[in-house]
Amino acid sequence: MKLKWAFLSLSFFVVTLLSGCNLLVLDPKGPQAERQAHDIILSASIMLFIVITVFSLLIYMLIKYRASKQSEDYEPPYIEGNKWVESIVIGIPVLIIVVLSIVSVRSNYIVESAPEGYEEEPLVVYASSSDWKWHFSYPEQDIETVNYLYIPTNRPLEFKLYSHGSITSFWIPQLGGQKYAMSDMVTTLHLAADEPGEYMGRNANFNGKGFAENTFNVKAMPQADFEDWVEEVKETAEPITEDKFQELLEPGHLGQLTFNGTHLEFSPAPEGENGGHQHGNSEHDKNQHSSEEASEH
Amino acid sequence: MEFFDRFAIPHPSPLIYASMVAIGLTVIAIIAGLTYFKKWGYLWREWLTTVDHKRIGIMYLLSALLMLFRGGADAIMMRAQLSVPENTLLDAQHYNEIFTTHGVVMIIFMAMPFIMALMNFVVPLQIGARDVAFPRLNALSFWLFFMGAMLFNISFVIGGSPDAGWTSYFPLAGNELSTSVGTNYYMIAIQIAGLGTLMTGINFIVTIFKMRAPGMTLMKMPMFTWSALITNIIIVFAFPVLTVALAMGTMDRLFGTHFFATTNGGMDMLWANLFWVWGHPEVYILILPAFGIYSEVISAFARRNLYGYKSMVGSMVIISLLSFFVWVHHFFTMGQGALTNSIFSITTMAIAVPTGIKIFNWLFTLWKGKIEVTVPMLYSLGFIPIFTIGGVTGVMLGMSAADYQYHNTMFLVAHFHLVIIPGVVFAMIAGLTYWWPKMFGFMLNERIGKWTFWFIAIGTCVAFFPMFISGLDGQARRMYTYSESTGFGIWNMLSFFGAILLAIGFALIVYNIYYSIRYASRDIGDDPWNARSLEWATHNPVPDYNFAITPEVSSSEGLWDAKKRGHTLFKGPYKEIHMPSNSGVPFIMSAIFFVFGFAMIFSMWIVAIISAIGIFACMAHRSFEQDHGYHISVDEIKQTEAKFGGAKE
Ligand code: HEM
Ligand SMILES: [Cu+2]
Repeated sequence: MKLKWAFLSLSFFVVTLLSGCNLLVLDPKGPQAERQAHDIILSASIMLFIVITVFSLLIYMLIKYRASKQSEDYEPPYIEGNKWVESIVIGIPVLIIVVLSIVSVRSNYIVESAPEGYEEEPLVVYASSSDWKWHFSYPEQDIETVNYLYIPTNRPLEFKLYSHGSITSFWIPQLGGQKYAMSDMVTTLHLAADEPGEYMGRNANFNGKGFAENTFNVKAMPQADFEDWVEEVKETAEPITEDKFQELLEPGHLGQLTFNGTHLEFSPAPEGENGGHQHGNSEHDKNQHSSEEASEH
Repeated sequence: MEFFDRFAIPHPSPLIYASMVAIGLTVIAIIAGLTYFKKWGYLWREWLTTVDHKRIGIMYLLSALLMLFRGGADAIMMRAQLSVPENTLLDAQHYNEIFTTHGVVMIIFMAMPFIMALMNFVVPLQIGARDVAFPRLNALSFWLFFMGAMLFNISFVIGGSPDAGWTSYFPLAGNELSTSVGTNYYMIAIQIAGLGTLMTGINFIVTIFKMRAPGMTLMKMPMFTWSALITNIIIVFAFPVLTVALAMGTMDRLFGTHFFATTNGGMDMLWANLFWVWGHPEVYILILPAFGIYSEVISAFARRNLYGYKSMVGSMVIISLLSFFVWVHHFFTMGQGALTNSIFSITTMAIAVPTGIKIFNWLFTLWKGKIEVTVPMLYSLGFIPIFTIGGVTGVMLGMSAADYQYHNTMFLVAHFHLVIIPGVVFAMIAGLTYWWPKMFGFMLNERIGKWTFWFIAIGTCVAFFPMFISGLDGQARRMYTYSESTGFGIWNMLSFFGAILLAIGFALIVYNIYYSIRYASRDIGDDPWNARSLEWATHNPVPDYNFAITPEVSSSEGLWDAKKRGHTLFKGPYKEIHMPSNSGVPFIMSAIFFVFGFAMIFSMWIVAIISAIGIFACMAHRSFEQDHGYHISVDEIKQTEAKFGGAKE
């Protein structure tokens, strides 16, 4: 019996923690992470209701029907089942699942499209991983960084993810959930940051020996500061060359690096006709690509 | 010398050398012991060549317990490494090897043989059969599993362990990024064990469909048998997918194909898909027999019939169907878009409904019962709350958009341990304790058993609840270390403490077995738990032929009817019993499989070809062999029955 109460208080404890304190995932700094935190709290609360129901029923049965509480010659009855009880037991969970499904589907479309309510066009950043680093290419600004990411606040961010080796997963918990980066295609992750600040980013998908340290720093700043930074990089940073980039791809860890230009020029991302699943019909793929683009904007 | 270089460990450490010595000494001790006590003949006649489902069940059980300790040692090392930030107990490479082997060993070589053990031992008894449909195939299943397990386990002393995770995603698991033979072990050892599992699947489906006692219609089967039937149907549909995936992976690694490569039209995501098309049904292969065990135990100790028999069966059928339509939830984050994720999010959460029905049916089985808290019942009662927490977090993970935040974190690790441990491990211990007297003719000690339960139950909660928190705080799974500033330290320390409690619990199980072998009473009668189903209608321990007379039943609770309603189980006189004879071929063939596997792993083609021929020779031998089994005469039956304290006529 004590155990049951311990469980109960523990789950309360967990939920208070979930809703209150500053666990990264529950301390969102962008619209996508906010939506996800909302889903988490909502589903956790509904689930808590189920947990409490089950625990109460169990405790009730254990208190009421212990053999030690009954007379020697009590013979438990034979009970087949009851239509009404079973309809309730099926009906309520079905209702809960329907509600959660509706929420889940809506959230899917929200996190899979550019965040709304921003005036500016999304900033496109190519984030590619190699053992055990992240390369961030800003095609619009024509600069590239390694292991750190500067982003403007209040502007949608469109990350184009791919990998130079094994499957990795690009994750900045406070801005939104993760997505895989693979070497034969490009995936898109839509994020945005609402508050300036420094955030933790990492590869979440195991990729070998250097996995634990496969992290990067994210710094969100107002658009003007971001532009200043870009200017500064353009004035001071070395250009990235094919040889230099090959060197960077070697397995190992690197500090933070900054370059002029992007590697995409000589080593394009696996999309469109450079995709890993190109089957020769590049015309078709291109068309499809541009029509997708058209519908997105 | 060059030839032998391939067997060297790529990342040796004192621990591994110590294990090599320990393994060597153990093998020598076993061989010496067997020789000294002149037990070789006994071992060969009674165990290595047996086709008796009960003995095969016991051998599965011993292997499962052995593997539980192997996997447990890995687990303790992992939790110790993470217990404090920046720990240097293990380096990255060793940590990676250990979590990989932990996952594989626990799922494939611990949980699987454990359910096989109980299915083997119990199902034929519950349906009143003499054995399974294909006894010799059953022996082959066991030995293939066993050789696969041994092959996998030698990896860490010969050639190096796999280190790409139990999910072994390509391209990480490909030749370029995993250069040691470790992943070859993964591909081939699991393949060999998996073949055995597939054969078991076929064997048990036939057994359950064809060999039930007179009167036992499908809807009068005990619930454990139902769960075994459905489990084996899932096995037959799911395991071929694994077989194919592993074969493709093997070809990628050994023969230079590009199925899962990222170049030349290969597709790394294909592995992930195939793996989980098998992998998700696999988790239900593990959990359904556990559900069956709980149904038996809860109804036995609530002293009541199982509530909602029909909805129990129905929900298992629905679960088995749905389990093939949810695999994408293991990679919602692969970028397949909102529509695909929505579909799989809904199917995933839908599984919670039939699972919930089962939970409520167990609760209603307690209703108006007369609950006796024995050790098996204690595990069943502990299972309900902990599993509920694990299950509802599964629903949370099924919210695909939110899963972008849970995926690959400790939150996920908490979820699946909190379903698998109360689901599978508790059930196995409950089943083990419950059917132990059937297997060995004495009971396990109740007092030690209860202590064990509390260590394991509290250990599970303490070890895994903190992971929900550190997961939401951004702790990814499979990290071998973390910095102090992350603040994960406290949660991981708690976890380590829980892991120690669990380890104590598992050690207590062994102590309990030892203690009970020495001190437990052998005079326990045939039905020590006052149980309900047919397996308790024969003697403890069970004679070779199971039932002297084939029982006839009229409900799922044959023995209860006999005890309370004057139903006659055993009608008619003794008749001669036809039994299958022992055979060494399954053992020999599997041993050749071991050699074949080993040769493949190290690309020793000549040995591989010779042993492949050996395997086919064994099959050919079987095709031409004439074996009509043997008969137990009425006299012998009478003698045996008399020994058990009077014939049941
Ligand atoms: C209520 C039913 C359940 C639901 C809705 C559910 C849902 C999920 C989901 C969505 C994931 C993937 C999460 C991710 O990777 O981000 C997952 C992972 C997992 N689940 Fe469940 N689950 C349920 C029950 C079970 C049961 C009964 C078992 C085992 C007996 C189980 C074992 C696992 C395992 C082993 C993994 C992860 C394996 C890995 O990635 O290494 N689950 N579950
Ligand atoms: Cu799954």
